[in-house]
Amino acid sequence: MDASGEREADVVVADGRIVEVGPGLASQHAGAQVLDASGCLVSPGLVDLHTHLRQPGKEEAETIETGSRAAALGGYTAVLAMPNTTPAMDCAAVVREVLELGRSAPCDVHASGAITVERAGAALAPMAEMAELGVRIFTDDGTGVQDDRLMRRALEYSVGLGVTLAQHCEVSSLSEGTCMHEGEWSSRLGLPGQPAEAEELMVMRDIALARLTGARIHLLHLSTAGSVAMVAAAKASGLPVSAEAAPHHFTLTDECCKEYDATFKVHPPLRNAADVAALKAGLADGSIDAIATDHAPHAPEDKERPFDQAPPGMLGLEFALALAFTELVDGGAMSEADVLGTLSWKPAAIAQMVDHGGPVEAGHAANLCIVDPAARWTVDASGGASRSRNVPYVGRELRGKVRHTVLFGEPVVIGGEAQR
Amino acid sequence: MAERERRMTRPYGGVFVARTQVMDAADIHRALRRMAHEVIEHNHGHEEIVLVGLQTGGVEMAHALATVIEEIEELEEGEPGVPVGTLDVALYRDDIGIRPVLPEEVTDIPVDLDGRVVVLVDDVLFTGRTIRAALDAVCDYGRPRAVQLAVMVDRGHRELPIRPDYVGKNLPTRRNELVDVTMSGVQLGELQKQ
Amino acid sequence: MSGTTRDLTEASSTVDTSSFGDRRHLLTVSDLERPEIEQLLELTDTFVEVSNRAIPKVPALRGRTVVTLFFEDSTRTRLSFETAAKRLSADTMSFAVSSSSVNKGESVRDTIETIEAMGIDAVVVRHKSSGVPAQIAGWTNAAVINAGDGWHQHPTQALLDAYTLRSHLGSLDGVRISIVGDVKHSRVARSDIEVFTKLGAEVTLVAPPTLLPPSTAPWDVRVSHDFDSVVGSTDVCYLLRMQRERMTEALVPTLREYTAHYGLTSARADRLPDGALIMHPGPMNRGVEIAGEVADRPNAVITEQVANGVAVRMAVLFLVLGPGRASGAKNEISSNGAG
Repeated sequence: MDASGEREADVVVADGRIVEVGPGLASQHAGAQVLDASGCLVSPGLVDLHTHLRQPGKEEAETIETGSRAAALGGYTAVLAMPNTTPAMDCAAVVREVLELGRSAPCDVHASGAITVERAGAALAPMAEMAELGVRIFTDDGTGVQDDRLMRRALEYSVGLGVTLAQHCEVSSLSEGTCMHEGEWSSRLGLPGQPAEAEELMVMRDIALARLTGARIHLLHLSTAGSVAMVAAAKASGLPVSAEAAPHHFTLTDECCKEYDATFKVHPPLRNAADVAALKAGLADGSIDAIATDHAPHAPEDKERPFDQAPPGMLGLEFALALAFTELVDGGAMSEADVLGTLSWKPAAIAQMVDHGGPVEAGHAANLCIVDPAARWTVDASGGASRSRNVPYVGRELRGKVRHTVLFGEPVVIGGEAQR
Repeated sequence: MAERERRMTRPYGGVFVARTQVMDAADIHRALRRMAHEVIEHNHGHEEIVLVGLQTGGVEMAHALATVIEEIEELEEGEPGVPVGTLDVALYRDDIGIRPVLPEEVTDIPVDLDGRVVVLVDDVLFTGRTIRAALDAVCDYGRPRAVQLAVMVDRGHRELPIRPDYVGKNLPTRRNELVDVTMSGVQLGELQKQ
Repeated sequence: MSGTTRDLTEASSTVDTSSFGDRRHLLTVSDLERPEIEQLLELTDTFVEVSNRAIPKVPALRGRTVVTLFFEDSTRTRLSFETAAKRLSADTMSFAVSSSSVNKGESVRDTIETIEAMGIDAVVVRHKSSGVPAQIAGWTNAAVINAGDGWHQHPTQALLDAYTLRSHLGSLDGVRISIVGDVKHSRVARSDIEVFTKLGAEVTLVAPPTLLPPSTAPWDVRVSHDFDSVVGSTDVCYLLRMQRERMTEALVPTLREYTAHYGLTSARADRLPDGALIMHPGPMNRGVEIAGEVADRPNAVITEQVANGVAVRMAVLFLVLGPGRASGAKNEISSNGAG
């Protein structure tokens, strides 16, 4: 299954590349390692545009190694590491360190770069030197670039480098001090909430700036119905805008916060049922291009702090595919092929990852995700391969389990077990 | 069984099944009359006496006893009668935490107890623990010259060195039986668990 | 065998041991239904009587230990709880943040686990963050009583307010209560709204839109931005404290403007119906939300609220610690009678 459609076949892989795709090939390659994919979908490996690997700086929450292992188990062959590390990935040196650490990981680790120095929103980071190392996405994720003029300059500059800016859409003057969605539940719980408009104002501004500069912009983890509508309208008018949504935003609502369990605290916050429905519809009609995990590990002692003081974020890499199958396919919004598109070839295109996202054809890199769509499983509290355990889906029954993951021809996950 | 204990059985559930009628309304009244005479005789009149009914079974009994005492002493209209207080000993019990114990009614001690003779009135005397709690409670309200105890039924099984001064009827019982006292009579029976 | 039977479960009384019986914590008034609230208010009468005695102390909670764990200063609430515990003969310990390891970076969980290791039966928690008492309840076997968390809840305040109203009005059914001021940031308001409406009162929130919660849909209340149009039909005027820092957040332009539109001035107080009560959770800003002279009028029951606070907290402590939940209760109940 790939961007060109669905067929039943064996896939022969050698030297990291796909050699041949067709029916009945297994018998012609005696002695080769065979991965049983019966009853499974063979898809191009999944690509996560939004992964917090926490290294350098927060190794107690996650490392590049543990995060990549979680990614491989989740069917991902490529992740885009977000730059909000300590120090931030705002120069070639830090980017180089991350790429170096990622070289031995069971997943292809790509680095994003910060737009501004130290993600402080004040001065442009040396984007060109990072672009030379292969960085194709720049973002200050964790915060949005608040200054309109600086964002305009960054967009203009990005055009010359052929890279894409990605925005964490959140107007900080409306969101400062908040810890959940503003609405009935925040009112009841006595927690400071941020309105949907905190996100939507920046979506609106960035669409306007894309129009002004002609630069491509990718909007990270959109969470509101208003944002989806604006992106759809921008696309309809031909602007180079892309967008992603996170699994938790199309699965969970702000009601989840009612026990003050900070596992459910995330930025942007969990919204309400109407927003969830809009995100599903946006994914189904293509307004939203990609599902990105915003995998954000946090140590248990940090998540046990009072709700308003705990850090935002939740795990996602090992759950995204199953959540998408369960919520989107079983919910009737999308087909499995369309879901795989939002998880694989569409994000690969946004991040310009040429070796990922398929197609599953001879000559292409053998980055594959083999998923058993019929397997049902219940999420446990272990947190999987991640160093952290901030899983908001504990106890949920999901459909779809990754059986094997192949990274440049090497099976890094076999039968749901990480090989390294 | 005192009203109080009847309520305490609630969480455990059960239906009181009467087996034997031990006293009828006339018996109760005769017993009260005798006890009233004894109280007056023992205390050389009624003037120093304060009756304190224990919530909730002893309250009606205390008021009835006061009325009889006032009749015997032939008190005129307007003369000060025998003061009757009510006492809820829940907060003084030694079994708080072992079983559900909650105050039923607000305690009301209408007069200063210092130097008076307090007659505690209850319907049934059993282990003596309620009276123990009542003695503690009374002492928090003042320093009576003496404290005496009047009960309609003494059913035995004392767990503390407590002895009634005035008794309506001594009634031998088994531990697991219940005694139900109202102004219309006394019944002996069992609690049937539901 | 005589035929009389009596269903003892029918012998119901005003106090029902079973309704509050399984409750181990008091975290929010949302958990309490009307019968439970009424039970607690009736029980409070008993503790008012105890408090009025020459020796205001009963041995009910002898041997129990109650800890006040205040991450946020509130001397009056802490004293109220400690007085309540002492009048029930419980031992009290006080844990104040300013003098504690919390300032050295200890987590709430480590703090509560350390205190619990000393052997405690109840912990009274105040924290500036909403939800902390609920979190603590998941980490300890002790009973947790919320003494105020963030903007969320202050259950005992609402219960003492209801008790005060009930002692004046008998019942809250149909009583028109206006809660005036900074509802948005007020745990008192969130608790009062629920308790008052559950007891049958008609509650109107009176505030500028900037001081109201983003949504009032969770509650059965009316909303007004015009105090003058409401004051004449108010049986109980409940004023909230106006925090000065709200000015810096641009929620109201000036205190003077706030007072002019939302303060209970002498002129507005004169327009209250006869017998209307004036309440305030304290501490008051005289001259801001309430005119100094109005706070001293006979229909202002503000000091009564404080006095009732101790009795209500005695009732709460007794209910969560007393009936049927001794930490070390090993004695079997000896048959039916207590004798």
